[in-house]
Amino acid sequence: MFLAEVIGTVVSPISVPELQGRTHLMVRPVTPEGKVMGKTKIAIDSIGAGVGDRVLVVDEGGSARQILDDPEAGIRTVILGFVDSVSMHGETVYDHRA
Amino acid sequence: MLIAKVVGSVVATQKDEKLANTKLLVLQIHNHKNEPQNQYVVAVDSVGAGTGDIVLYAAGSSARQTEITKDRPCDAVVMAIVDSWDMEGTDVFQKWSEG
Amino acid sequence: MYLARVTGRLVATVISPGLAGVRLQWIQPIDEKGEPMGSQQVACSAIDSGPGDLVEFVDGREAAVALPGETFVPVDATIVGYVSQAVCGDLDLAKENA
Repeated sequence: MFLAEVIGTVVSPISVPELQGRTHLMVRPVTPEGKVMGKTKIAIDSIGAGVGDRVLVVDEGGSARQILDDPEAGIRTVILGFVDSVSMHGETVYDHRA
Repeated sequence: MLIAKVVGSVVATQKDEKLANTKLLVLQIHNHKNEPQNQYVVAVDSVGAGTGDIVLYAAGSSARQTEITKDRPCDAVVMAIVDSWDMEGTDVFQKWSEG
Repeated sequence: MYLARVTGRLVATVISPGLAGVRLQWIQPIDEKGEPMGSQQVACSAIDSGPGDLVEFVDGREAAVALPGETFVPVDATIVGYVSQAVCGDLDLAKENA
């Protein structure tokens, strides 16, 4: 799992059956402090996230199939939680309310 | 998947017994313009490719999804011999026009 | 999953069993600005995509699962959706360099 920021929306009217009707969002992995890190990905939303949210993303097929409750899905990138706060070495480095 | 040219083969008599009876090829990776890159990979052959062929190989756990590589320690497999491709409407590679 | 632009088509008649008739296409992964992200690669297509299209693709083991029909195939990248709109900030990647 990794921390990411939702940076955009993606509309895909033609897709494989297991992707149809699901929300696609553009996410950018970030460090705990919020610095950009790594490649921009497309993730399937399972929680109702929107642009600007800090989220938790899983990028592995087995976990994705569990979350989406579809044992046949060829999907691996799924947003599974909002991040309220992150602390490192006892210090809060990210707080959603701040 | 990536494109590569078969440039040789590997013989290894002492290897994991699960890799017995597999053909190991040395591949030099080519980019989309068919330019050789300074990058090599050893892959198990599943389609009967030979030296000089331009092939397509799959990497990672997907490489174990053939009857030859199933349940074997393998992270790259040659899964197709390329006939031709075009980029933005222009033919880049044609097997029949290579020397 | 990642965003990508389809750039070319590839033909291979000698191919692993289960992949006969599957479309093979060159894709250039792109980032949230539409800039190339990494080198071009070949992907199977599970939809009716073609050169010039903005698409999303899945990599790794899930690429085989995403293909219709046979899923025990050595495939590590599959185009799973056609993208008609991908908005990040003020930029719609589907309109940009379309």
